[in-house]
Amino acid sequence: MVKNISVIENILSANDRIAAENRAVFDSAGVIAYNFMASPGAGKTSLIEQTVRRLASIHKLAVIDGDIATSLDADRARAAGALALQINTGGECHLDAVMLQAALKQLDLSGIDLVIVENVGNLVCPASFKLGTHKSVLIASIPEGDDKPYKYPGMYRGVDALVINKIDLLPYVTFDMAYFRKGVEILNPGLVTFPLSCQTGEGLETWISWIGAQTRKK
Amino acid sequence: MHELPVTESILEIALRHARQANATRITHLYLVVGQLASIVDDSVQFYWDIVSKDTIAEGAQLHFERQPATLACLDCRHEYSPGGDGFACPNCHGERVKVVSGDEFFMQAIDIES
Repeated sequence: MVKNISVIENILSANDRIAAENRAVFDSAGVIAYNFMASPGAGKTSLIEQTVRRLASIHKLAVIDGDIATSLDADRARAAGALALQINTGGECHLDAVMLQAALKQLDLSGIDLVIVENVGNLVCPASFKLGTHKSVLIASIPEGDDKPYKYPGMYRGVDALVINKIDLLPYVTFDMAYFRKGVEILNPGLVTFPLSCQTGEGLETWISWIGAQTRKK
Repeated sequence: MHELPVTESILEIALRHARQANATRITHLYLVVGQLASIVDDSVQFYWDIVSKDTIAEGAQLHFERQPATLACLDCRHEYSPGGDGFACPNCHGERVKVVSGDEFFMQAIDIES
């Protein structure tokens, strides 16, 4: 007998279910969690180092680092003063909720106020996989070019804050800030942005006070 | 986007629903894909032939129904489908828009034999 049966199920529902479980883990521990996404080399790890250094006297931070290989990023976060854990995705170009769930099992959140998840450097895939973090932050950088919002709309549309890193390079590279910002505004109207330089420290204070203000001390 | 895990997910969902219906074979899968969901049909099809092998879904046909995107202009509230000139509102030419639909990606139904 041939039958048509109704399914109506989201293809990524399995991931979304685990993401909701991860969110519950963060919530019950009283932790705020961020998903940092960016292309390779935009400065995710540098921003994490700066954030950890500047917040470490007030807040306890944990960093979960996703990379295809090596523990270089987790080592840098640890050296800056965070509790750090490396997830090697073994080739996968994004983190998903299942990988984060496995990492969370190895992490004692009881003393932690803030968790930063550093996603794999990629402007495409990470946008499609929810992790269960509270807020997503995209780190763009000047040398990438001003056309990135237009080329990666899925990523720019889904984030809660945008850091524009390496503004110290503005005098040396062609980057039309008005064109860039127009693309961002189309995709994500009113998005909060932080132009800064992890190299010179310019603009970092505003970013630190934003992320600090969202964090509750235990 | 990420077609291999996506295709595995498609198989898992189809097999689960087929089992519940005591199916002996899955012959067709009907998927709804929003215009803004970054899914490449050909790539899913490529992986499908591999992952469905030796299951009751082997040889089943995938059908992709593309759903057009709907945008809403935040200035004049007009709702429209994005056209050739990008995302700007055709009514007031405003560029502050919100995506109303077009991100969806779900399995609508399957055809089974039992």
